[in-house]
Amino acid sequence: MTDSQLPGPLAPGRPETLVAEPAPPGRGDDGQQRSRWDTALRDILGGSAMISVLAVLVALVVGAVLIAFTDERVQETAGYFFSRPSDMLSAVWDSVSGAYSALFQGSVYNFRRPGFANGIRPLMETLTFATPLIAAGLGVALAFRVGLFNIGARGQMLIAAACAGWVGFGLQLPPVIHLLVAVGAGILGGALWGGIVGLLKARTGAHEVIVTIMLNYVAFYLISYLLRTPGALQAPGSNNPKTPAMADTAVFPLLFGPQYSVHAGFLFVVVATVFIWYLLNRSSLGFRFRAVGENPSAARVAGIDVKNSYLYAMLLSGGLAGLAGASQVLGTVTTGFSAGIDAGIGFDAITVALLGRSKPWGVFAAGILFGAFKAGGFSMQAAEGVPIDIVVVVQSLIVLFIAAPPLVRAMFRLPTPGTGRTRARIGAGKAEVAK
Amino acid sequence: MTATSTARPVEAGAADRVAVRSYKAPIAYGIFTLIALVLFVVLGRDGTSTFGLSTNADLVQLAPVSLPTRITGIVVTVLLAVIAVFAFTLARAARRIPLWLTVVFGVLFLVAFLTWASANQTIPVPGLLIGTVSLSAPLIFGALGGVLSERVGVVNVAIEGQLLAGAFVSAMVASITNQPLIGVLAAMVAGMLVSFVLAAFAIKYLVDQVIVGVVLNVLVTGLTSFLYAQVLVPNSQALNSPPRFPRIPIPLLSDIPILGPVLFRQTIIIYVMYVAVALVYFGLFHTRWGLRLRAVGEHPTAADTVGIKVAATRFWNVSLAGAIAGIGGAFFTLGSVGSFNKEMTAGAGFIALAAVIFGRWDPLRATLAALLFGFASNLQNVLGVIGSPVPSEFMLMLPYVVTIFAVAGLVGQVRGPAAAGKPYVKG
Repeated sequence: MTDSQLPGPLAPGRPETLVAEPAPPGRGDDGQQRSRWDTALRDILGGSAMISVLAVLVALVVGAVLIAFTDERVQETAGYFFSRPSDMLSAVWDSVSGAYSALFQGSVYNFRRPGFANGIRPLMETLTFATPLIAAGLGVALAFRVGLFNIGARGQMLIAAACAGWVGFGLQLPPVIHLLVAVGAGILGGALWGGIVGLLKARTGAHEVIVTIMLNYVAFYLISYLLRTPGALQAPGSNNPKTPAMADTAVFPLLFGPQYSVHAGFLFVVVATVFIWYLLNRSSLGFRFRAVGENPSAARVAGIDVKNSYLYAMLLSGGLAGLAGASQVLGTVTTGFSAGIDAGIGFDAITVALLGRSKPWGVFAAGILFGAFKAGGFSMQAAEGVPIDIVVVVQSLIVLFIAAPPLVRAMFRLPTPGTGRTRARIGAGKAEVAK
Repeated sequence: MTATSTARPVEAGAADRVAVRSYKAPIAYGIFTLIALVLFVVLGRDGTSTFGLSTNADLVQLAPVSLPTRITGIVVTVLLAVIAVFAFTLARAARRIPLWLTVVFGVLFLVAFLTWASANQTIPVPGLLIGTVSLSAPLIFGALGGVLSERVGVVNVAIEGQLLAGAFVSAMVASITNQPLIGVLAAMVAGMLVSFVLAAFAIKYLVDQVIVGVVLNVLVTGLTSFLYAQVLVPNSQALNSPPRFPRIPIPLLSDIPILGPVLFRQTIIIYVMYVAVALVYFGLFHTRWGLRLRAVGEHPTAADTVGIKVAATRFWNVSLAGAIAGIGGAFFTLGSVGSFNKEMTAGAGFIALAAVIFGRWDPLRATLAALLFGFASNLQNVLGVIGSPVPSEFMLMLPYVVTIFAVAGLVGQVRGPAAAGKPYVKG
């Protein structure tokens, strides 16, 4: 049982880099010296920030095409396009601009509301949606860095919601302590559910992808059972599979007063981001995590306990997903929850982690972007009748394009950054190693 | 299974060759024997359990079999204990526990469980198995697609997306043309298109394959849900009411007791499935195509050296995998439900992925794993009808718990194709 067997074919290779860059074509090989400004311009044009911006742009354009094509007015006017093209063009403009401005006004700033305090409310909504996304995204990202693919954030969130919720409505404690105990119970529940995966992976070599998928279903059915069993999670005197409302002492306080929905869970998430950043980049445990993620065999030779690293990583990853579950129950839906409390966040977290390239602050930014899409998507659906699913399409396209910089560069005929002679050599060497 | 093991040149490394005393399987047997003891003996129920063996349409009518519930439970528990002890002695002698022993153990446990659950009730065995086949069909197609794709070296997490795309397109095309067969062809094209994206990003742009797969699932889910709400719902009569495949009984074969109605009184898609399983198995291990495919998945550099085009082989075989998974998608709309619903595959692609790994990247084992999942979900349906003593949630949980046990205890450290998930850069 050598450790070289541990990473199955599903273990993500090096997710934080997303791409094993091929050797860029040695365009500098003719010996021609380029000026410093030229190189700088090339690096900016083909660099990762530019790629990210363009990826968002292309994804939005594809979304616009979908919105326009499925719009009824556009379809009507397309029938007589050649006799009066302006009709169709204006219909296209109306549908697309209507949808996207609703998206913006639902997620950042609403110009129709009087005063700054009212207009900024959508941005606060965005932060509320972003809170669990960032927490769960951090969990998935942390697992990625250790070479584990945690698809189980959904199950971990559900178990955490049950634990936090049970403490939240079942116990009588003083205000601040009650909240902390409830959050702690949620994190603990998520960590245990994730820890099962780490334990099985470490002790028996069970593939974490299968185990997490299976545990998602187990958690869902377990919660469904508890929710309809009187005395467990079900609200007393009710027949619905739903819990009672959380006690006031256990609910996250609102950060900026009653008119904004953003709650103290956001602070927990900021702290979690700082903590994970410190853990990964400044602590010895984080160094071991990254070493195992890069190359488990080399890590083992260097004296790192690979198996325990898997266990600790899954405990932490599950704990972060647990924070997401707790923030759902104690912050967003405080009036009692049902089995759909995870609201797809467990799977969105994977895309958030990918978009953030598994870096803590990257995940934070990606979480806020996706939170904005979510907040805006709902108001777009309400105002323009465009199904919120278009947001999912745009999100996945963004991740897809960001994952393939050569594709975006080819689309816009951008130069490849660092196409000098020495860089080309290094690139070729890297590709050799990547094999 | 000798053909399988000889066809796989590099078995799971040293762990298999060196005799290791592994007590995982006996411990798993022991746990299940204890469960049996508690459930069937301590909590044993009185009465008689009846198994109906024939449907009304059968030519040969078999009389239903009745078993005394408590006695059967005790007898089977003793047998299970004997097998567990036998497994312990095998493990002490550092001998492998044969697959048939596990199968016998599983079947015995199942019989005891069914007997226990159906005290004073009748379980329709053919109904149980017919439902199993139809619930497993999309899983089997998806698993075949997964096996092909991973054997050629591209991890296929996008099975869910391929199934969903197939389901959506087949419903639409079959409604427009009123021809279910054209719907299946369209589903194959749709699955292939998803595969094209997967292959292009994985092979040309060298993006991590798991990431592309996950993102593709999300993309297809969003796309089909969006188009469903915008296009199919307003025109559901014209675009989302496909004709369903009729059941075609095969003469003679369909009159075999029990197996006949289960296997040979089915729709065309199921017959296609039998052929597909056989073809993929034969092709993978007994043809030049399969050898090349596996060579590219195990050691692309070596394959390249002898003149196999690695990128092209990967691209076209991943596309083929998508086409096969697409048929599975068509089964949702044209075989079982009869119309497209938002997110109707409901995670079947992930279960198919689990079947691929559970089946150790072997088409036949993966098919068996898919059948196991299908059986477990259908068992819950049947027991729900006759009123099971176990809460339905725990029955629904069962296949997933069994899988975790199996992956942890019996399958252990599985090893897939060596180069799966790694992009190949020629150099």
